[in-house]
Amino acid sequence: MKIVVCVKQIPDPASPYQLDPESYFVVRPNDQVLDDTDRYGVEVALQLSDELGEDASVTLLSMSPGGSQQGIRQALAMGADGAILIEDETLRGADALTTSQILAAAATRAEADLLIAGTESTDGYTGVVPQQVAEIMGVPALTFARKVEHVDGKLRIERQTQAGYDVVEGALPAVLSVTSGVVEPRYPTFKGIMQAKSKPVETLTAADLGVTAKVSQKIVSVEEVEGRQAGDIIEDDGEGYLRIIEKLEEVKVV
Amino acid sequence: MKTWVFSTESDGEAAGSALEALTKARDFGGELGAVLVGEGSEAALAQLGAHGATTVLHAADNTSSGVIAAGVAAAVEAEQPDLLIFGMGNLDRDVAGRLSARLGKPILANAVDITEDGGTWRVASEILGGSTMVVTEFAGGSPAIVITRPKVFAAEPSGGGTPTVTAMDTPDIGHADAVEVLSQHAETSEGPDLEAAAIVVSGGRGMGDEARFGALNELAGILGGAVGATRAVVDAGWVPYSLQVGQTGKTVKPDLYVACGISGAMQHLVGMKDSTTIISINKDPEAPIFGISDLGIVGDVHTVVPALVEALKARG
Ligand SMILES: Cc1cc2nc3c(=O)[nH]c(=O)nc-3n(C[C@H](O)[C@H](O)[C@H](O)COP(=O)(O)OP(=O)(O)OC[C@H]3O[C@@H](n4cnc5c(N)ncnc54)[C@H](O)[C@@H]3O)c2cc1C
Ligand SMILES: Nc1ncnc2c1ncn2[C@@H]1O[C@H](COP(=O)(O)O)[C@@H](O)[C@H]1O
Repeated sequence: MKIVVCVKQIPDPASPYQLDPESYFVVRPNDQVLDDTDRYGVEVALQLSDELGEDASVTLLSMSPGGSQQGIRQALAMGADGAILIEDETLRGADALTTSQILAAAATRAEADLLIAGTESTDGYTGVVPQQVAEIMGVPALTFARKVEHVDGKLRIERQTQAGYDVVEGALPAVLSVTSGVVEPRYPTFKGIMQAKSKPVETLTAADLGVTAKVSQKIVSVEEVEGRQAGDIIEDDGEGYLRIIEKLEEVKVV
Repeated sequence: MKTWVFSTESDGEAAGSALEALTKARDFGGELGAVLVGEGSEAALAQLGAHGATTVLHAADNTSSGVIAAGVAAAVEAEQPDLLIFGMGNLDRDVAGRLSARLGKPILANAVDITEDGGTWRVASEILGGSTMVVTEFAGGSPAIVITRPKVFAAEPSGGGTPTVTAMDTPDIGHADAVEVLSQHAETSEGPDLEAAAIVVSGGRGMGDEARFGALNELAGILGGAVGATRAVVDAGWVPYSLQVGQTGKTVKPDLYVACGISGAMQHLVGMKDSTTIISINKDPEAPIFGISDLGIVGDVHTVVPALVEALKARG
């Protein structure tokens, strides 16, 4: 089974990101990190692959300015076999649908039996890429998985719902989107980090995939908004609870 | 002008997000319709009608988002709506995503406002925990597909009657339909409904462990509120996902929100920052949650919460 996992490289969320004042696109530094959200997908892929043995492979798929490829190497260090990177100036600021067209074309080219993605990315959070990719590939989508099993050649998941969960089964090829509750992602070992340096990363352009980026949405303004102001922040001296009670009385809760 | 909103149905009720979207869409004038996925109960249809929908496209089977998207796409091609509004529910996102790809139209998500100017649709969304507003314009022709955040528009009835119902044609989509729902499970929590509660007591990783998180049930019980949680706590398995507040959980706007051992990550703030009063307890004076709190206690939840519970109990 060929498992392809979407991994997004993003500017480090720990440092505030910058918008280009002209285009309003996010300025992407040379060193981008692996989106934490995608560590879950990589882990699910590695676990499925271990279970299936020799016949399985795990390939990462990322659309991004490559830069130092730090984020991709982080995911390779977890144990994936190789990566496909789509790097193309014309894809700068691509919307979710263009991104999905690229990812779907690359997954089809790689003959993926299973394409895994996160539920939503940390920086973009449109949360529709997995569904768009499934539609373009013409395959079922098993989304919002909080548990994944491979049963009789099919994929069975617990799909997280507002009320609880549904047990849903789908035939391969398919797209799977996973939540952060699905598995505990492994930390790369020293050996994994060393090996990641020499794993193959195939670089493609939009033209290689036969996709032309279309501009179908445009940011017209970005403005700071007046946020809520902080009130009294006090150190608890053993009687902090009394201040809470005062506040509860003030807002007439007690 | 023609706007359609998407609605799921649960326990015979239309989705709150759909009623909110219908109310907003009345601003644009013209014809309002709904796509309803579910049983199609009289009550749900009446709710959609009472909020302004005059037509309803109804799909009874909610198991395959691919089939629903194909059905909606066919109706879109025939009826040419200008705007389609979805909520943030799972099926909303599954259908919206597939529909966008099928129609080759972009989607704008996380909308907190929608405006129209001479046939151009614009969507406002908040980034960086609500400190920055981004306005994006559709440049890809109709229909504009928008996913809105919950509770940004208040649902108000228009007094409309029962809408005309058409059954959706469900096309054969081949392998893309190879999914089956084997069973459905509810993970219920006690107490008032989190999304509707006037008081929410929420806990984060700072509550320590599952057993100690339980202290919040007692506090919520005394205050007559609902219990909420951060994603960290849900992922750890202390409480079910139905209690998650934030970007990928529920959006709450109670009169009072009490945050216990919650750092205040952007994705959490998005789901609760519009609460009327916010009280938080955190041992780290630098915790971002304090930046939006009306009252912040820098202290240990394991001493402050029990003391508060005892004092409230003593008052009776
Ligand atoms: C795409 C995406 C979507 C997300 N969606 C959501 C979402 O919907 N909802 C959500 O909540 N998060 C969401 N997150 C996760 C979010 O970024 C944070 O990781 C999460 O909210 C942190 O939860 P926490 O505050 O419980 O934990 P932490 O950030 O670990 O904070 C724990 C806090 O407890 C305090 N503390 C510890 N011990 C004590 C004590 N004894 N007394 C008092 N205080 C104490 C600490 O000082 C700390 O501030 C999302 C993340 C991503 C990337
Ligand atoms: N540029 C990208 N490269 C690789 N995967 C992506 C990219 N954008 C989105 N994804 C995948 O799609 C998921 C949802 O993304 P989004 O729709 O941006 O919230 C992410 O968690 C990723 O797994």
